[in-house]
Amino acid sequence: MGNKRQDMSVENAKSRVRSFSEVAKGFTLEQAKNEADRCLNCKSKPCVKSCPVAVDIPTFIEKIKSGNIEDAYKIISKSSLLPAICGRVCPQEKQCEGSCIKGLRGEAVAIGALERFVADFIADIETENNFKNETLKIKGKSHKVAVIGSGPAGLSCAGELIKDGYKVTVYEALQVLGGVLVYGIPEFRLPKKIVDHEINKLEQLGVNFETNVVIGKTLSIEELFDMRFEAVFIGSGAGLPKFMGIEGENLNGVYSANEFLTRVNLMNAYKNETDTPIGKLGKVAVIGGGNVAMDAARVAKRLTEDDVFIIYRRSGKELPARLEEVEHAKEEGIIFKFLSNPKRFFPSEDFRVKKIECAGMELLAEDSSGRRKVQEKQNSRFYLDVDTVIMAIGTSPNPIIASSCKALRLNEQGGILVDDQTLMTSIDGVFAGGDAVSGTATVILAMGAGKRAAKAMSNYIESRNS
Amino acid sequence: MYEILKKEKLNATVTLMRIHAPLIAKKAKAGQFIILQVEKNGERIPLTVADYNRNNGTVTVIFQVVGTTTKKLDMLEKGDKLYTFVGPLGNATDISNYKKAAIVGGGVGCAIAYPIAKAIKSTGAKLHSIIGFRNNDLVILKDQFEDVSDELFLVTDDGSTGTKGLVTDILKKLIENKGNYDVVFAVGPLMMMKCVSDLTKKYGIKTVVSMNPIMIDGTGMCGGCRLTVGGKMKFACIDGPDFDGHKVDFDEAIKRGKMFSSEERKSYENTCNLLKEGNLSNGK
Repeated sequence: MGNKRQDMSVENAKSRVRSFSEVAKGFTLEQAKNEADRCLNCKSKPCVKSCPVAVDIPTFIEKIKSGNIEDAYKIISKSSLLPAICGRVCPQEKQCEGSCIKGLRGEAVAIGALERFVADFIADIETENNFKNETLKIKGKSHKVAVIGSGPAGLSCAGELIKDGYKVTVYEALQVLGGVLVYGIPEFRLPKKIVDHEINKLEQLGVNFETNVVIGKTLSIEELFDMRFEAVFIGSGAGLPKFMGIEGENLNGVYSANEFLTRVNLMNAYKNETDTPIGKLGKVAVIGGGNVAMDAARVAKRLTEDDVFIIYRRSGKELPARLEEVEHAKEEGIIFKFLSNPKRFFPSEDFRVKKIECAGMELLAEDSSGRRKVQEKQNSRFYLDVDTVIMAIGTSPNPIIASSCKALRLNEQGGILVDDQTLMTSIDGVFAGGDAVSGTATVILAMGAGKRAAKAMSNYIESRNS
Repeated sequence: MYEILKKEKLNATVTLMRIHAPLIAKKAKAGQFIILQVEKNGERIPLTVADYNRNNGTVTVIFQVVGTTTKKLDMLEKGDKLYTFVGPLGNATDISNYKKAAIVGGGVGCAIAYPIAKAIKSTGAKLHSIIGFRNNDLVILKDQFEDVSDELFLVTDDGSTGTKGLVTDILKKLIENKGNYDVVFAVGPLMMMKCVSDLTKKYGIKTVVSMNPIMIDGTGMCGGCRLTVGGKMKFACIDGPDFDGHKVDFDEAIKRGKMFSSEERKSYENTCNLLKEGNLSNGK
């Protein structure tokens, strides 16, 4: 109790870099209660205001204090459909915990860990009861709705709509459900069984999932309306990797983070029994400083005996990644090269990447967005020998749906244009949200958008049928 | 799951399979591809749609056994099911507005060239087809090409059937004798497509090649299929698979195709050893 923040037990860094099992182990009930007791239940509730989906944080924490975990779960569920996932992957230090008044003179309440605890506690009960408690008596509506993409935006949209009584079909392009939660975020940060659990729950509620269907190719948006879907949600994500446009990016051994992580996380290339290759990584450099860069570096560390570097053009203070991931990466021996920017990649004789030329950078004043600009320092070039390079500098919205549907209007970055309020696109009855609209962002923002869109879709269908 | 309705050995290493996939059959066009996975732990590999039947809901693929996945695929029989079969991916070949076209197919690439040939013929264009193989035993789809071509030229490396030589020898003669092709399509090994493109560039004939690089998702997500075309980075899956043969950096594409060659070889050997011991699941 008192002011000392509870720490989740964490697998020792030396042993965990040889394994893909989850690093942070979560609170025990006792730890959760102790941590909950730290919450002042303050009047101003800054945490709720800085949560993208406005979870009623102090109230669920009150329930933990009294040991009523099921009620805590019900309170979270009113706002968030995927608490086990958000508890693990939200950048809490920039959201709820970042504004916690306990943090002003000490450490913020570990809200993320508490959210995760509640979700995991309930998931264990649900699994034991085979979801019996989950089977809601849904007032059946005859209206059909389609959701494109089974990532965080699509899952939360589908979850809201099914609870609202709609007949929901989710279309997924890949062979596995979960989108970025399974192809992007590695097992040691978000175990696949957590994602599976959430998907099973939606299936229990009656959501129909169709894998191996690429909307825009296998079926068009138009055809979805022909199939009597009355509204469509596009949550196709930001699945188009960016490259820097520098010399040597097409050398063998240079991967997009998407490709590298997909090979390992989705296709399980690291396991003997699978056929997808990953090759010998040797010395690895990951370019970028976001969560994806941390994930790629930490995955690489688990697959190589050699050094793994993160090359980031700003300083450690500007790293956009979640704090916990940066700390875990450092503990695992990832070497950070700050204020460094790749200029070109040199090939070996057999066309593999061999060396990176980097420029040293210096920080300038903040720009209008509040981010510090950088510029190259003179005479600062240096070289780094590598065998593998992973580009983790962001992704753009996937272009497939838009290219098959000219009526769908896009912004300059390729994101789908939507009405701020309703999330409706330029096509009547078609809604969109998540990274497909915003470009690379977070799970919680995508989830929030999916939820808001579900409400708007429901209003849209009701107004047309009234 | 996607049932195999027909399996036919076209030659010792090339197999045709007809798969039940009604949604894809309804949409597929010449030049597009599918991605399949034999089993849950298998790779995702792209294969070009060789034919389709919209009424029966079937899609035909033709593949050569070159590695683990194609070996495992070749082990399956009629009635077996594929774990993943998704598409049609990529852009359809643009076949409009040609009066006279030549199509050059090399080896198993003829399986990709054939639907394009058929599509071109359906527009009423005049079509010369040149198909090349190493020897007589490896010839595939000859009758089918005959049906859709105004003239068909068969070439083998060793002269065991057709004309002895290279497809480019024939193409060169045709261009010089009859000339005036609006377009040349080249589908086959990268080296062949490069040689065709080099040849037609001299004559200023528009040339379209179909690229088939390493791919995972086929939807733009992984970027593994990237190529340099006209000095710019392109993704074969969403920007192609057809590109202007005069602009493709074939040397780079050839080297990129070898990215996993040592892993592929090891995996293939392991698979073959397991097959000998009879330990491999049959994908059911």
